[in-house]
Amino acid sequence: MSETKKKKSVKWGEEPKLSVLDALYLPAIVSGLTTAMRHAVSGKPMTRQYPEVEPEIPPNYRGVHRLNRDEEGRVKCVACYMCQTACPANCIEIIAAPAPKDDPHWKDRDKYPATFTIDELRCIYCGMCEEACPVDAIELTSVYDLTGMTREEMIFDKEKLLSVFDQTVDSGNDPVRTNRGILGPASEASQKAKDAPPPPGRGRRG
Amino acid sequence: MVKVKVNDIEIDADSKDNCILAARKAGVEIPHYCWHECLSVVASCRMCLVEVGETKPDGTVAMGPKLVPGCQTPIKEGTVIRTDSAKVKTSQQMTLELLLLNHPLDCSICDQAGECYLQDYTYKYGKAQSRLDEPKLQRMDKYHIGDQIALFTDRCVMCTRCVRFTREISGTAELQVVSRGSHEEIDVFPDEPCNNKLAGNVVDLCPVGALCSKDFLYKKRVWWLKHGESVCTGCSTGCSIHVDQNENKVYRVRPRENPEAQGHFMCDDGRFGFKYIHDERRLKYPKVLKGPEKVSAKGAKEGIPDDLSFGDAWPSVMSETRKRIQNAIHNDPSGFVAVFSPFMTVEEAYLLASTIKGFDARTRLVLGPVPVVGQDDLYPKGPKGESPAAGKVKFTIRAEKCPNRLGVEAVLKHFEGSVVRVESMPASAASAWYVVGGYGSGWVTEAVDRAIGTPSLLIVQDMFPSPLSERADIVLASGSFAERDGTYVNHAGLAQAAHAAIRPPEEARADGRILMELAGRTGLFNAMSLRKEIGAKVGELSAIGIGDLGEHGVRLTKFALAAGR
Repeated sequence: MSETKKKKSVKWGEEPKLSVLDALYLPAIVSGLTTAMRHAVSGKPMTRQYPEVEPEIPPNYRGVHRLNRDEEGRVKCVACYMCQTACPANCIEIIAAPAPKDDPHWKDRDKYPATFTIDELRCIYCGMCEEACPVDAIELTSVYDLTGMTREEMIFDKEKLLSVFDQTVDSGNDPVRTNRGILGPASEASQKAKDAPPPPGRGRRG
Repeated sequence: MVKVKVNDIEIDADSKDNCILAARKAGVEIPHYCWHECLSVVASCRMCLVEVGETKPDGTVAMGPKLVPGCQTPIKEGTVIRTDSAKVKTSQQMTLELLLLNHPLDCSICDQAGECYLQDYTYKYGKAQSRLDEPKLQRMDKYHIGDQIALFTDRCVMCTRCVRFTREISGTAELQVVSRGSHEEIDVFPDEPCNNKLAGNVVDLCPVGALCSKDFLYKKRVWWLKHGESVCTGCSTGCSIHVDQNENKVYRVRPRENPEAQGHFMCDDGRFGFKYIHDERRLKYPKVLKGPEKVSAKGAKEGIPDDLSFGDAWPSVMSETRKRIQNAIHNDPSGFVAVFSPFMTVEEAYLLASTIKGFDARTRLVLGPVPVVGQDDLYPKGPKGESPAAGKVKFTIRAEKCPNRLGVEAVLKHFEGSVVRVESMPASAASAWYVVGGYGSGWVTEAVDRAIGTPSLLIVQDMFPSPLSERADIVLASGSFAERDGTYVNHAGLAQAAHAAIRPPEEARADGRILMELAGRTGLFNAMSLRKEIGAKVGELSAIGIGDLGEHGVRLTKFALAAGR
């Protein structure tokens, strides 16, 4: 690389020169102590009062998984294995089975998960499973306080995941989210809209 | 040979090729659904529409005004094919949009997803969106099509490959097209399900997810499957197959196209008959059951329970086996007999034969039982189920239900001079036996049982427990066809290489590995280098000396001459 280019691309930082006063460190110590004393006498608690007061969790928080139910209360999952395929931590295990066609309750379904297991300890809570799901069946909730006494109880089966849905669906914090009908940014239509010249007389954003 | 231009690429094509085959030779894909190499041409799916023109004597090119189906259009000298013009691309998009008009968007539960031509072609040539505002036609799934076949009616694109297959290849003609127009459906006559011996092929032929195998239904998504290239051991046709496995479990077996062996298809006996390899009853540990130095399943010496031992039994079992064989041969060389199974690969037979004969040339080598069931089953069947005339046969299920009689016989002839069957030997014919099994089902017939009797040394190398393994001194747990590397020689002398797809269960070992150790050879079992060695030593098998047999295999010299090649 030429000398000029190196000079342009690399910014050299210099340590700021300390004045005599700064070199004594006394002003910094005084300012620190002042802040500490101000908090000490203000009487306002500066720590979170957990677990008496629970924090507000942002809606995009990725906590414990749940398996959604459809309108008839059946598991919404169709056992397509997309989440298992997408999972980078290999923590989802599904065994699919043909839906019990003789049961009128299951008449309109072809395939369903006979078992659906998530190892919550192995999971890295990246949310890829939720993104991959084509039927909005698996979601990450805002439940963050996941504890257990044994490893076995942290392996959630289908019933447990459905019960998480029952607990969280009406909490207000975890509505069923969907992107259904919305084309992704890589879709043909979105690409065309992006590449097309702006309509005459208007800006790109209308 | 004729000169053809495909998208400005000039190639030499066969004058019998259609446009799709000619384009394939130029490396250009013409998408198609209804056309299949083995079936008649109907040109009904319209997916292969291309622009075709000809070169005039003065060198100018005159393109046809209309698009023509590539599958139906023959080529001649100077034919010009265009698959990349705007006209062709628009046509492909429109065809796909029409085919997908009533196709349900259920890829998420469709078994074909991942190997579906609708998905692939839509991705490559189609549009992302449908313009259909009406509700899609919904039709009932048909689980009654066959014992092994389910039809998901609304996924069908009416290519009629399956109908033509049952008419032209199996000759049984169970499948029909019923109704007309957009109500067309594939169906069978009432109480006449599609259960012929080749029925499973319609699932492979179906380019979409309409016909699914009930056996494989919802068992595994196809993108998890890894494909091992192997050879079916069900009969002496030796169909080339893909063994589709995931995490050491075989989920399905599919035919692998091989014009030298069987063509495009395989029979249901082979397709669904692989399940024994995951049978619970399989022998999983080597054991020394009798004698002063017993070794149990987990390698424990006598007196220590299995569950307290974590050792590997193989080293002590194999050294004990070798010691006892040498002792027996030392005491009575002509009383030592090794029984070769026609399920062994050529390499395994060679290893065993050379080892035993290496100990003493007076030992005897014999061929185990060769299972034969009924007559050769020829297809296509006539209207009354009769076999086709000679020369019209398109598929044969052979009566000889083993893959490698010819290969093992060639090895035996080299080492022993002649082939003796174990059944023809007198009762208690020898004092020491080394018996190799590897059959898929019970093989110890009365004649075999009597010939072997209760000798002073009986070593059994097999997959399943049998009367022999129960009274054996040493049992060596061996591998199934999916676990072996090696060469099989089929009925027509075609030597094909099979590759291991999975590992044997528990402590069982593929036969080649056991025999390498028995032979006292160093290194791992390597079929390729053994083939080179066999080719140099065994005259009849010199053709496999090239080592790499390729995808289609090589024909043994004797048979190649007979076939005039």
